[in-house]
Amino acid sequence: MVSLSGNLLFSSFILYLIATVFFAGSIKDKKGKMKEKGPNKWAKIAVFITIVGFICQLGYFITRWIVAGHAPVSNMFEFGTFFALSLVGAFIVLYYMYKTPLLGVFTLPVALLLIAFSSMFSRDISPLIPALQSHWLYIHVTTAAMGQAILGMSFAAGLIYLVKAVDQSKPSKRTFWLETIMFGLICTLGFVLVTTTFSLLDYKAEFNWIDKNGQQLKQEYTMPAITGPNEGELLTAGKFEPLVEMPGIINAKKLNTVIWSLLSGTIIYLLFRLIIRKRVGAVLQPVVKNIKLDLVDEIGYRSVLIGFPVFTLGALIFAMIWAQIAWTRFWGWDPKEVWALITFLFYAAFLHLRLSKGWHGEKSAWLAVIGFVIIMFNFVAVNLVIAGLHSYAG
Amino acid sequence: MKHVKCECGHVNPHGTILCEACGRVLQESEKDKKLVDMRYEGSARRSQTYNKTIIDKIWNFFSSVKVGVWLIVITLIASALGTILPQEMYIPPVMPAAEYYEDQYGWIGKLYYELGFHNLYSSWWYLVLIASIGISLVICSLDRMIPLWRALKAQRVARHEGFLKRQRIFGVSEASNLDVSYEKIKERLKAKRYNIREEDGNILAEKGRFSRWGPYVNHIGLIIFLIGGMLRFVPGMYIDEVLWVREGETKVIPETDGQYYLKNNKFILEVYDKDKDNKAFSNAIEEKGMVAKNYQSDVTLYKKKGETVAGQAPELEKVKDYSIKVNEPLKFEGYALYQVSYKLDELNQMTFRLNKKDSEESFGEIKIDLNDPKDRYDLGNGYAVEVVSYFPDFEFDDSGEPITKSKVPNNPAFVFKMISPDKKDGEISFVAIQQTIEPFGDNEYKMNFAGIDTKHVSSITVRKDLTLWIIALGGLIFMIGVAQGSYWNHRRIWLRRVNDEVWIAGHTNKNWHGLKREIQSVLEGTGIDDPEDQVQKETKE
Repeated sequence: MVSLSGNLLFSSFILYLIATVFFAGSIKDKKGKMKEKGPNKWAKIAVFITIVGFICQLGYFITRWIVAGHAPVSNMFEFGTFFALSLVGAFIVLYYMYKTPLLGVFTLPVALLLIAFSSMFSRDISPLIPALQSHWLYIHVTTAAMGQAILGMSFAAGLIYLVKAVDQSKPSKRTFWLETIMFGLICTLGFVLVTTTFSLLDYKAEFNWIDKNGQQLKQEYTMPAITGPNEGELLTAGKFEPLVEMPGIINAKKLNTVIWSLLSGTIIYLLFRLIIRKRVGAVLQPVVKNIKLDLVDEIGYRSVLIGFPVFTLGALIFAMIWAQIAWTRFWGWDPKEVWALITFLFYAAFLHLRLSKGWHGEKSAWLAVIGFVIIMFNFVAVNLVIAGLHSYAG
Repeated sequence: MKHVKCECGHVNPHGTILCEACGRVLQESEKDKKLVDMRYEGSARRSQTYNKTIIDKIWNFFSSVKVGVWLIVITLIASALGTILPQEMYIPPVMPAAEYYEDQYGWIGKLYYELGFHNLYSSWWYLVLIASIGISLVICSLDRMIPLWRALKAQRVARHEGFLKRQRIFGVSEASNLDVSYEKIKERLKAKRYNIREEDGNILAEKGRFSRWGPYVNHIGLIIFLIGGMLRFVPGMYIDEVLWVREGETKVIPETDGQYYLKNNKFILEVYDKDKDNKAFSNAIEEKGMVAKNYQSDVTLYKKKGETVAGQAPELEKVKDYSIKVNEPLKFEGYALYQVSYKLDELNQMTFRLNKKDSEESFGEIKIDLNDPKDRYDLGNGYAVEVVSYFPDFEFDDSGEPITKSKVPNNPAFVFKMISPDKKDGEISFVAIQQTIEPFGDNEYKMNFAGIDTKHVSSITVRKDLTLWIIALGGLIFMIGVAQGSYWNHRRIWLRRVNDEVWIAGHTNKNWHGLKREIQSVLEGTGIDDPEDQVQKETKE
């Protein structure tokens, strides 16, 4: 059953990948056939494959639930894959509302990255600690993830808007920031590639080091150490000696992973620029040629409108109910709680700016991108960097 | 106050931009615009009309969405700053916060502490920010909702031509066979759940107006929520106490006026077992070592019976037995008892034997309850032990005197007086763990350590929060309002006959795509052309 569950997830990953190609194909095919109503054959196949992939991933979710005896939303891997599942689900719904295959070209890669990224963390089925043993685990986490995924759709729409709207004929602030977003996505890919490579090579280097409290500890690196731990001493023979030693208050191992991700991302990005000799945004621009800007704007706005109440319900209201039961208080300024509040405040500001200050179109698209960065920060950094009650990353 | 009378006869309040009834543009500055600003229906808002007195100025400040958004953004940034380092309530109590931050995080920590970020969420300026958002919510809502309500109530079916042609969705068609088309359109609009009003061949089809109140409903919810949060500071509304209770011990529950008592029968800690629990967990358990499965305190809740005079032991009546687990608090009379922490194997009893040093002959055993030692233990035959001093958590202070750090028996030490038939005045001995001192020279007797008993201790949080229902009500109203405003759209379609033409205009507060599709399907096959989206036309040009 465990292996079946894993295989289903892997199948869905491959299916999303194929669907992306078909969605991209459907855009190309549209040339000269603009008058034709509705999606073309490519798009129909693409959405069919997406739905099959979605069902596979649902199968992964259900089988894993059966094996574990609890909903698989309790650690980094499980949450990330569920987030991707919700994102694909939200995309399928929006696809049928607006019939825009282009949305798939941008959403599915994000879902793929999410699954790949999450798979880099421990995939073991772990038992629930007492605080997590509650039905509110399913209710709170799934609703919050769905809310974030629907909000994430506005990021996809915003990205399409920016790729189309940003003038690529000359470098500007806008092209710079658009490239930064692309670079961020590529670094995630870099992280996946580097982690997979070293895990296939079975790279393991053990260090003795002194933590900030002066205690001697052992730490195992799974990537060659660029930044070594405080007063680190390499124990495994024949492995890479650290280039720089970090002070005790910095987690050198995590920093090392970040540096590797950035490094590999930079290399991929530079190779791309060197070979294609165009910005990533400029390369994508022809893909979005035929989409109407105001339609994309509306899809983005609509996603925020649909997602905001769901997010509030899941990430704040249900969260508070559960916190009252499990932690004795509905609100305790735990970093995850604070970042959920920040997300809430951000999208509240988004809606007010749009309604009252007329921030439509490009401004709105930039905001949608920033909103997703906040959501991702809450998912990644608050789990891995800022320690708190919600650090279930494992 | 001056009123503005429109050509159509309707009297509008001072400051109105679009006539509430017919929509005619009343303000000169708006007349040159291609499209009218439909926000709040062009109604007269206090903040846009008056700006003389101090009250006007304060009102205008807080009614501005710009100010509101700034307040939100500043709160957002401040909240984020508070998560860089842990808040004071989450740091371990090993040293004062002033030292802790610098010790752990260097100069950044010191700066963080000095700026007050270690207690950010209860700092006065953060509370001022939240309060300002609350005020802004009230004023913004009042400033907009009342005029909007008036305008939507006063609207007439026939709208002024200048109003119609300045709508985003607008079209003019030659009219032929209009009566047939009208019937068809009306039927279709009804099927799409529009409310239809008809006057002199003009139609106003409207639906989802209640979604316009969504924002105000959710703001009311937020205000109730914030008021609930403030009520916590009213005495008696909120109780947060910690009760440490040992196994076998019965303690009065704090803040219950001595009415309730809690007995801890047993504390249970369970961890997952690789072999007994779900096999799917074995990898994870192996990797993490130990994973907690259950923290549980089996308790009995008692209620005091009748009145007791001071000093008299209360008579207790059992209310119920309960197993308090994480996620399963014990609730009674508005109180909730939570399993929050524990201490395993706290020293509870120590056993000593009174021995004669040279012969190792024993004259009896004493068992000392470390939480309540007796003054004297009689062993019979003229032998006895007196506890002269007791230090539950013993250490030597700077001048070398024994003191106790706390009342918790972490490191008990005693000054015993050993009384025997041959030493009637007794011999003094200082006994601590692994240590015996005889301050007055060699004794003939000694206290031999014979064993310890330990007990677990449960830490129970006692909570009462009378503000919860207000907070919940606020949350519920907020959710209703936000769903109301997000999931429904306020759509209006106007049809007006002008000579031989029919003018169509449409407005929605959001989702223009949906409105356009709806108009398209309503007009299909009626001979009336689809109206154009004037915003889109403009961008194309």
